[in-house]
Amino acid sequence: MNGIADLGGRHGMGPIRFEENEPIFHAEWERRMFAMFILAFAGGHFNIDQFRYGMEQMAPAEYLTSDYYQHWLHSLEIWCKANGTFAEGEIERRMAQLAKEAA
Amino acid sequence: MTKDHDDHHDHDHDHDHEHRRPDVALRVKAIESLLVEKNLLDPEAVDKLIDLYEHKIGPRNGARVVARAWTDPDYKARLLKDGTAAIAEFGYSGIQGEDMVVLENTPGVHNMVVCTLCSCYPWPTLGLPPNWYKAAPYRSRAVIDPRGVLEEFGITISSEIEVRVWDSNAELRYLVLPMRPAGTEGMSEDELAELVTRDSMIGVGFPVQP
Repeated sequence: MNGIADLGGRHGMGPIRFEENEPIFHAEWERRMFAMFILAFAGGHFNIDQFRYGMEQMAPAEYLTSDYYQHWLHSLEIWCKANGTFAEGEIERRMAQLAKEAA
Repeated sequence: MTKDHDDHHDHDHDHDHEHRRPDVALRVKAIESLLVEKNLLDPEAVDKLIDLYEHKIGPRNGARVVARAWTDPDYKARLLKDGTAAIAEFGYSGIQGEDMVVLENTPGVHNMVVCTLCSCYPWPTLGLPPNWYKAAPYRSRAVIDPRGVLEEFGITISSEIEVRVWDSNAELRYLVLPMRPAGTEGMSEDELAELVTRDSMIGVGFPVQP
């Protein structure tokens, strides 16, 4: 397997970054993302191997620099688009709508 | 290529990038609202799951398993033979704990657990993993320099002791059974469970010495 996710043995990733009294989730969106993953998985939108494969499709630099739950977001989007749940541009349109409502 | 064109290109690039990074909270909110609208997601189930993993499932579960193994030789034998079944005796089972293997630390062997490919971790016994477990530094180095990694956690394993590193996968999850600390002979199972740390069950720490 040739992909950025195969990190075992790679060099140059720096020291381990510890966080004192680390919370389970670091932001509300992480909570929602976590639970949506479980429910989408339980609902049969993808299996665990497909889910991991989805995360591995991230661009390498993005994979290494993004927050962990962004990997989940990336994969959830891939599979929800692949199975026709979301049409192209549908997420962006809803984002614009929500941003407008919040403004 | 004109300067204007360069500027335009940079702008597009930044714009694409923003879709993924600063807007992530909005993006997640949009997806949730769409899934709810399509009747594919129950918002109450989302709230229940968050509560479960934030407040109810965590390393205290694993600590109870370890303390039982320290005090009940029959349980320990069952645990090492069939981790999944012995852990299920406590009612800990299900997602991300379907196939559990328990690794016993001994005076001659220290076990530690990693998931180099992803973030596989035994949720029913340890809850959700800390960020360092899911991040590149630990995942990349645990398998080539385990003793160096352990030093970063503040623990030194004598060169006399073999260090075994176990790489988790999507189906199979590991729980380290640390050695019972000396001087705990009179302690109850509940008291012993208080000594068992999360890190000692990943193999990057030791139980608390009373």
